[in-house]
Amino acid sequence: MSANTAATSQPRIRVEGLAQRFPAPDGNGETTVFEDIWFSVEPGEFVCLIGHSGCGKTTLLNILAGLATASAGNVIVSGQEVTGTSLDRAVVFQSHALMPWMTVMGNIAFAVSSKWPRMAKKDLHAHCQKFIDLVHLTGSENKKPSQLSGGMKQRVGIARAMAIEPQIMLLDEPFSALDALTRGSLQDELLSICAETEQTVFMITHDIDEAILLADKIILMTNGPDARICEIVENTLPRERTRNNMHTQANYYPVRNHLIEFLVNRSVGFKDELASPDYDPRHPPVVGPTVVTDEAGETGTGVLRAQA
Amino acid sequence: MKSMSLKTRSIVLSIALLFAFAGLWQLMLPEGTGSAANMDPAYAALMGATAKGASAMPGPLEVAKQIWEHVLNPFYDAGPNDKGIGIQLGYSILRVLVGFSFAIIVAIPLGFLIGMSPLFYRALDPFIQILKPVSPLAWMPLALYTIKDSIISSVFVIFICSVWPMLTNTAFGVASVRKEWLNVAKTLEVGHLRTAFRVILPAAAPTIMTGMRISIGIAWLVIVAAEMLVGGTGIGYFVWNEWNNLSITNVIASIFFIGLIGMVLDMILSALTRFVTYAE
Ligand SMILES: Nc1ncnc2c1ncn2[C@@H]1O[C@H](COP(=O)(O)OP(=O)(O)OP(=O)(O)O)[C@@H](O)[C@H]1O
Ligand SMILES: [Mg+2]
Repeated sequence: MSANTAATSQPRIRVEGLAQRFPAPDGNGETTVFEDIWFSVEPGEFVCLIGHSGCGKTTLLNILAGLATASAGNVIVSGQEVTGTSLDRAVVFQSHALMPWMTVMGNIAFAVSSKWPRMAKKDLHAHCQKFIDLVHLTGSENKKPSQLSGGMKQRVGIARAMAIEPQIMLLDEPFSALDALTRGSLQDELLSICAETEQTVFMITHDIDEAILLADKIILMTNGPDARICEIVENTLPRERTRNNMHTQANYYPVRNHLIEFLVNRSVGFKDELASPDYDPRHPPVVGPTVVTDEAGETGTGVLRAQA
Repeated sequence: MKSMSLKTRSIVLSIALLFAFAGLWQLMLPEGTGSAANMDPAYAALMGATAKGASAMPGPLEVAKQIWEHVLNPFYDAGPNDKGIGIQLGYSILRVLVGFSFAIIVAIPLGFLIGMSPLFYRALDPFIQILKPVSPLAWMPLALYTIKDSIISSVFVIFICSVWPMLTNTAFGVASVRKEWLNVAKTLEVGHLRTAFRVILPAAAPTIMTGMRISIGIAWLVIVAAEMLVGGTGIGYFVWNEWNNLSITNVIASIFFIGLIGMVLDMILSALTRFVTYAE
């Protein structure tokens, strides 16, 4: 499931020249949130989007979900242009967005019965229960969201999204409001669930380690307004990584340092890189930071550059 | 005292206050006042027997006795001017419930429309703003003239006074449903009707119920005045009739029953509100 199959098969998501503009707050003109965004997501791929707060990540995700319309450009999902929301694309919202008057079971059943209105009551219950068990919430079926912890609420949100068995899951910083410990265990759960189901995932995050652990591909977005895609980082760590062993991987620090370098320095001054003739918004640079050993035996950080 | 719970202490205090009030009432009663001597002669003639020395103002015991009599025999019917207080209260409650139900039928769908559509909100707002502060009784002559039926007219007055709090609260509740819940419904491709019933209605239900609670309170205030105007039956008519009979005892007893029913109606609505309220 990597870039080499892209040439032959169709990508699951193809984003072409997406731009979003809003009327400027002072009433005259427009502010551009982002402009000329191009990237694609392959089937079964886990893609993370990293960028500073306010650069337009949620706006982008809402367009992918079909909740908002872009000012320019297209989103093509499995060969079809996105014109509205679809049950094939499930969203996990930045704030869990559970209905507080429904139980855990009720929230998930609401989603499942929306997808399969004619499903028999018994099957519906069994189907929901399967996903409640999957996110380890067995026993909390009849609790209301207000009786759950923040992490449990996010897990219900994930179960609700997975229960409709979508082609694509869109996650908007699902774990950012949680403490490190809870976040870690939820990341592990998400990782194992996605590995099992070969789910295509597009996820927004602020957390570099989270992206390195989960993502096959990390998209870097520059600061808004007028944000662009800076580059696409291929995760060079082996797929079998876990939260506990990933720090010992040789490529961990090269990838991590590359991402930090981006967030701290490059995301701000990207205007200069943009001006360079090498930058093509349709094919943002694809890099794969790895450890290189030179002839003298010194190890350093190398960056593999390729064109998408 | 310390060992008693707050609840028992409050009950003890309530009973003590009741007795203090009754005692004060008894003490304040003028003895043999109202003598025709120092009264305007025309007024004395109007007051009849009372003016000849008997106190028109009953004591608390008399009123309590009267209330007890009503409780023992609430539903007797001895002609148009002599019906049990239960029957009269029943008429009033029935009118309130009918007017209130019509108000629900109109206010909730209309409130949904206003709450969901900024166009309708703006278009209907001036009408609502002008009509809302009108005293419901101001509608009475118009209602009597057009409907030509005093009972339906009083029901209409109840309808018109109940409709505004429900309408504005429904519109507000619907308009302030969290965007993210609507987005959830949208990503799940839930139809309009199902979204209205499964998402918007439960989300706005506490606000809507609060509006209903305000409405039933106002309706119960207004029905007494409306029945005083149109006469015939109902607790409002009963109060006015007893005033004409100069039975202050019955007037006070009615005040007690009006308050009691008002309290019960409010308790029912408050229980329903609690039932639909959700914790976030
Ligand atoms: N409907 C709107 N009208 C005007 N401006 C908007 C609208 N929605 C978003 N914006 C602006 O677009 C920008 C991006 O917002 P967005 O919510 O996408 O940021 P984000 O990258 O998700 O940030 P965070 O990481 O804090 O969630 C912000 O500057 C915001 O003010
Ligand atoms: Mg966001």
